[in-house]
Amino acid sequence: MTKQTKRRVTFGRIISLSLVCTWLCLAAFPFIWTLWGSFKVQSDFFSKADWMNALWGTNTLEQTGSAFTSSGYQGAWVIEKFWENFLNTGIVVLSTVVVSLTFGTLGGYALARSGFRYAFWILMAALVFRAMPHITLVSGYLLPFFEWNIWGHLPTTIIVLVAINQPFTLWMLHSFFLNIPKDMDESAMIDGCSRFQAFRLVIVPVMWPGVITTGLFSFLLAYNDFAVTAMLLSEENETIIPAINSFLGTTQVEGKVMYAVAAVVSATAPLFVLILFFQRQIVSGLTAGAVKG
Amino acid sequence: MKHRAFFWFILPTLAAMTLFIALPIVSVFVQSLYVQHEQVLVISENCGPFGCKQSTSVDIAATEKLREEAPLGQFNGLGTYSNRSHLAFAEVGAAWATSDTIDAFWDEVVNLPFYGALTFTLTYTAAVTPLVLLLGLAIAIGVNSLPSIFKGPSIFVSLLPFLVTPLVGSLILFWMVDSDGVIGAIIQLIFDDPNLSLKASAALTWTMLILYGVWHTLPFSFIVFYAGLQTVPLETLEAAQVDGATKWQRTIYVVVPHLVPLISFVTLMLLMDNFRVFEPIVSFSAEAHARSLSWIIFNDLRESGNPLYGSAGATSMLTILGVVFLLTPVLIRTWRDFKGAGR
Repeated sequence: MTKQTKRRVTFGRIISLSLVCTWLCLAAFPFIWTLWGSFKVQSDFFSKADWMNALWGTNTLEQTGSAFTSSGYQGAWVIEKFWENFLNTGIVVLSTVVVSLTFGTLGGYALARSGFRYAFWILMAALVFRAMPHITLVSGYLLPFFEWNIWGHLPTTIIVLVAINQPFTLWMLHSFFLNIPKDMDESAMIDGCSRFQAFRLVIVPVMWPGVITTGLFSFLLAYNDFAVTAMLLSEENETIIPAINSFLGTTQVEGKVMYAVAAVVSATAPLFVLILFFQRQIVSGLTAGAVKG
Repeated sequence: MKHRAFFWFILPTLAAMTLFIALPIVSVFVQSLYVQHEQVLVISENCGPFGCKQSTSVDIAATEKLREEAPLGQFNGLGTYSNRSHLAFAEVGAAWATSDTIDAFWDEVVNLPFYGALTFTLTYTAAVTPLVLLLGLAIAIGVNSLPSIFKGPSIFVSLLPFLVTPLVGSLILFWMVDSDGVIGAIIQLIFDDPNLSLKASAALTWTMLILYGVWHTLPFSFIVFYAGLQTVPLETLEAAQVDGATKWQRTIYVVVPHLVPLISFVTLMLLMDNFRVFEPIVSFSAEAHARSLSWIIFNDLRESGNPLYGSAGATSMLTILGVVFLLTPVLIRTWRDFKGAGR
């Protein structure tokens, strides 16, 4: 009897273990494969003859004399000036995160401390805004931006990304501030602080964990965006994601696809580092909305 | 909080959202009521020795001037909404009148741009969401039973496909399933058909996009469920075990009910994100067989030289209506909770 139960349990375990293993392989393999292949020549990574070439680098060895080549990276970073796009991304992402956290903390705090009906309606509107595909908004920006001559510049894109970020930031920080006891700032106000002083002196020192978590997601949204940056930035101001897309359009020539592969690997690297250092915060951020319902 | 203080605190965020989300919706609506100018044509008569010939040419200067003066185009009312590229009332009516079976009618409707995109978007959402919920739950239970040294690394690996830029993630997969890529080559080997390409047929393209969607969003449901599993009360589990419940029964009758609030949260998030599917179509260059609502808006705006603002605006308005429709149950429930909270 006991033996039978035990066997049934192990059977279930085997299934669930193999499911987990399959998933982990599926999750990791594409990244490892592309990283490995980015150091080969095109005829190896996109091998018409034999896919094993990508493993051993047969043609890479033939063409360059070594099994690994950094020509893809050289092409992307030096010839195609990918570092300029990286710089633009740095400016856009950093400014977006800083501005949207500033706006978001003030707004989220106000919403968490106000029980009036309009606070609820602002949150509902934010939920609907959060669900709208970004491209629907972009079609509303283009004409006015062309008219006012502000199309194509980095600040325009930054403020648009800040606005698109707000609904999400508001919801996250709102639920975070709900968890900070009201008594803290209210007792400060009884002691004679104004609302803003109470916020600055009492709430600001304890809010950093929530702000950092929210900041990570603002970073991801700005970094990963394609719809807004592709439509609103002129060619010289392009950030990396639209730049990768335009690589594909222009580089059908032999060898140049590897520039795009190298660019893709370069664009993934910062995210990899981010997950490495902030895994705990990311996980807690993903579940923050869920716990509050 | 007093109204005055609230106002100053909320001002920056409210201003940003009003200026760059609410007003653009208005602007999209206004745009959708206009169509771009037609080109100004001049008819000139060339008289030669063999009689006179009339020729029509485009007056570029006049066209430019017209566009400069009224960049919105000319007023069209709701005409754009009902034309062939959008709701296509006339075409749907004609298809209904001429086709004998529902299938034939459906085939014709799906060939219309808007309905085709709507069908793909809804199919994608309806296929990816339940798959991700189920697999995410199964993997969360699996990882939860791993020894604790493996838990951290497996969460790390799982986060990669979710946090990677959608455009980049789908490119990585596309290069692998491309007919020269590793998965593409293996599939050709398995089916012994050197010309087999996943891009060749609509069904294969759709499957590929849906598989990408599952790969990309699965980590989200996995991690939320995994976090939920940490809060399952141990006493209840033990009580069920004492009562003789098998592991399977404990999962179904104790763990899953505990996760129900999480399931509705994950479903909401997944619906919102899947409904805007866009980047993979660009990366996979799948537009020949699969177009989503976001993609057709993008395509209208990209129309080289002469963006179709009116058409993009109309599709955008219809998409926003779709989002609101999807969210209605959530909004109603939240409103009830809010009123029930004692006010």
